[in-house]
Amino acid sequence: MELTGADIFVQSLKEEGVDYIFGYPGGAVLHIYDALYQQTDVQHILVRHEQAATHAADGYARSTGRPGVVIVTSGPGATNAVTGIATAYMDSIPMVVFTGQVPTHLIGNDAFQEADNIGITRPCVKHNFLVKDVTKLAETIKKAFYVATTGRPGPVVVDIPKDITAEKAEFSYPKKVSMRSYNPVRIGHTGQIKRAVKLMQSAKRPILYTGGGVILGDASESLTELARIMNFPVTNTLMGLGAYPATDPLFVGMLGMHGTYEANMAMHHCDVLIAIGARFDDRVTGHIEKFCPNAKIIHIDIDPASISKNVKVDVPIVGCVDNVLKVMLNEIRGNDVKPDAVALKDWWQQIDEWRSKDSLKYDRDSDNIKPQFVLETLYRLTEGDAFVTSDVGQHQMWAAQFYKFDKPRRWINSGGLGTMGFGLPSAMGVQFAYPDATVACVTGEGSIQMCIQELSTCTQYSLPIKIINLNNGYLGMVRQWQEFFYQKRYAMSYMESLPDFVKLAESYGHVGMQITRPGDVEGALIEMLKLKDRLVFMDFLTDKDENVYPMIPAGGGQNEMILV
Amino acid sequence: MENEAGALSRVAGLFSARGYNIESLAVAPTEDPSLSRMTLVTRGTDEIIEQITKQLHKLIDVVKLMDMTEGPHIEREMMLVKVQAQGEQRNELKRVSDIFRGRIIDVTDENYTIELTGAGDKLDAFLQALDKSVIIEVVRSGVSGIARGDRSLTL
Repeated sequence: MELTGADIFVQSLKEEGVDYIFGYPGGAVLHIYDALYQQTDVQHILVRHEQAATHAADGYARSTGRPGVVIVTSGPGATNAVTGIATAYMDSIPMVVFTGQVPTHLIGNDAFQEADNIGITRPCVKHNFLVKDVTKLAETIKKAFYVATTGRPGPVVVDIPKDITAEKAEFSYPKKVSMRSYNPVRIGHTGQIKRAVKLMQSAKRPILYTGGGVILGDASESLTELARIMNFPVTNTLMGLGAYPATDPLFVGMLGMHGTYEANMAMHHCDVLIAIGARFDDRVTGHIEKFCPNAKIIHIDIDPASISKNVKVDVPIVGCVDNVLKVMLNEIRGNDVKPDAVALKDWWQQIDEWRSKDSLKYDRDSDNIKPQFVLETLYRLTEGDAFVTSDVGQHQMWAAQFYKFDKPRRWINSGGLGTMGFGLPSAMGVQFAYPDATVACVTGEGSIQMCIQELSTCTQYSLPIKIINLNNGYLGMVRQWQEFFYQKRYAMSYMESLPDFVKLAESYGHVGMQITRPGDVEGALIEMLKLKDRLVFMDFLTDKDENVYPMIPAGGGQNEMILV
Repeated sequence: MENEAGALSRVAGLFSARGYNIESLAVAPTEDPSLSRMTLVTRGTDEIIEQITKQLHKLIDVVKLMDMTEGPHIEREMMLVKVQAQGEQRNELKRVSDIFRGRIIDVTDENYTIELTGAGDKLDAFLQALDKSVIIEVVRSGVSGIARGDRSLTL
């Protein structure tokens, strides 16, 4: 049957099982919007700014594992989406973003609302396509989903000129797709896995350093089994939180710049480092020359380019993390070699000694609301079972430190790009995917204002998101660095003329609360959680001078932490 | 790589985004019109070359990749040089060109255009051998490379 490009677009999304598409209409995509209007399978979610569409799709993808889908118009629609595309790219999130384009005959003519979407997005996508022939549209959409979701996932942009959506072609959706130049590796090299197991079994001071790849690769169960069989300590990166249960005794906390003392010290002193789905980011390694000076390094990753990029690796294993871990577990069960129990006992004793420093301690008797206390209370009251999204800054680090994630895909944050404005729209994506779940957006008065217009979207779709605004009146992380490294010259880190967040929330039809005393924190959070069907904006006026500890200053080694 | 619009800019973009240097780049379609072949010359430590190789592999338009320097290989580059050639200079330029196995492919009363093919250092040596003041214009194709013997870069 012959269909218009716009109908082919909608049919293709149905074939891909897309339930939500986040977007914003405009001239170049009007045919597509008309086709979307005439069906109900794919629900379009209207945001208030294209950046939010990409973050919402991103939150949907991170929490479900299914690709997020976005549609925006040409020109400014596409350029507004770029921040969200780059955010997803840095954290390897599967996403397909459709951008409108001016009609083919006008491309390159500086037409109204024209931008070179392919050129602009090229450095921040896994791949992008310009559709120049309506007969190729369905196949291109199939390829886009395939590329976005396989191998190391990532965002894919499909740029569709307006005339293509009006032209007609025979529609048949390809069942399979093969691309001669794209064949992601799945299975790890058995010889390398055997070498890795040997090294692990001989380790005296091992540590498992695991990242977002474990979550993206659905390998949490295998990781947990491996750690327990071996009795090895586990540390998660910011992106990996939830990959290993945070309440498990083998878990030593997050590592890196604001990681725990025990995690960073164990990294620094380990003799065998097993990196799984992690990429040795500078926020993790600290000064690269001082990183894990005595360790033999095993690195499991789906992306060969991540291996030996920053740190030379001794045993590289390229493959799907879950697949590799399962083969590894078989190998461990199959041979009779036991881990060195005596050495491990000493190692755990050492780790417990580091643990006893209690590097996340804070003043519990303060007259001011401590942000850490808010998050601890939120954790307790939600029984650790909420989805928590965050923006970027101090509140993000505190959420990472004090909300103990026992399950993967519960902690949704922009780790790689560090995008302020991510928290609220990504929470919308999560709430659409899990309408009955508690979704908390932990944010600050700086970050929330970067996408605050989405309070309106939340009204339109009755999204009962719980916004935890840790309002210290400062761009806190900037202020902290200025305090430490710029002799307290607080350049532009103070936000004057803040809105009355309670009234602002109410003006959108939501519930707003302001909490100023530590004694009111728990009661207010209980009340918030009772308002199951409402968006509640909790404006906590917190201690203005609180800093995130511990901290590895930039250029420091992992053993050079500033403690409280 | 795939002979598609944008493939070249993905490669060029990768090099600039990651701070790698392109010394020369030559690209043209092959006997299979769906494929282009690119020879790219870059410089770096073993670690950097390894990283460049991996990053290039990740580009979806890159079908197959080979580090020519891992084995015996042939490099060729073509150069066209327009030189002032008057009076005494004409014989001298012809001689130098012959020594380097160049060919004079265009002649006027005032100048010669010389065509020269070889590895990059041979072309450099030829330019060195010329009196700088006679050189009007130099155009080089960039290096093309092929492996010696049985090793080949085909699908």
